Amino acid sequence: METVLFYLFAALAVAGALLVIVHKNPVSSAVSLVLTLFATAVLFVLLSAHFAAAIQILVYAGAIMVLFLFTVMFLNLKPGALDFDSKNMAFKGSLLLAGLFFVGYFAILAYGMAFPGGSTAALPEGFGTVEGVGMMLFTDYLLPFELTSVLILAAIIGVVAIAKRRES
Amino acid sequence: MSGITPEHYFVLSAILFVIGAFGVIARKNLIIILMSLELMLNAGNLAFIAFSRVHGNMTGHIFMIMSITVAAAEVAVGLALVVAVYSHKDSLDVDILRMLKG
Repeated sequence: METVLFYLFAALAVAGALLVIVHKNPVSSAVSLVLTLFATAVLFVLLSAHFAAAIQILVYAGAIMVLFLFTVMFLNLKPGALDFDSKNMAFKGSLLLAGLFFVGYFAILAYGMAFPGGSTAALPEGFGTVEGVGMMLFTDYLLPFELTSVLILAAIIGVVAIAKRRES
Repeated sequence: MSGITPEHYFVLSAILFVIGAFGVIARKNLIIILMSLELMLNAGNLAFIAFSRVHGNMTGHIFMIMSITVAAAEVAVGLALVVAVYSHKDSLDVDILRMLKG
């Protein structure tokens, strides 16, 4: 059962990711990105990370995607502003680079598989639930958590400063 | 974990990351580049959660939450830049943006 679910949603995630980078239309790309993010959320549930899955759907598929779609529709892009040039050298070079990275990563992974370091650890009580993650977030990681609010404040100020219409 | 080992998740994460990296390098549209960045961050999150499961330690979940926060802030700033660029240059082609002072 888990095997079937993994392969189904892994295939969906990869298909969505491929659609993101080959679509001409940014709106189609955004919807494909939602597909990938949802499939990843399902994989999080398979990894017994229930809270992370909920966060993934709420923040990524909810907030970030709305931001993307809003911007695309706000800009009202002309058809000439889009492209997918598959013949130039940069395309081939980036394909080569991405392939090399994957082969390298896979080699490291295969090396790790050749010397297995033991099986999956037993899950502690409350693993991945709101209670477990929340207890950790508000005790051991309280300072980083508070600092993220400073980051968000900086982002808000930056966005307002950048997107403000200048009189000139 | 019957049949599916953590390595399956790592390989999937690598595939998603490489697709995202390819999108960042090959596409010329600024919005698609930002989406590909999101794909890369998402692949990293998947690896975090998978490692968290392997070690039975929830620190990976904390990192994933932090990473999502950073991604949200990054997208907000990035899209503000997209709006500024488009109103300035009337195009989203990254090849047009060559000058530091323009």
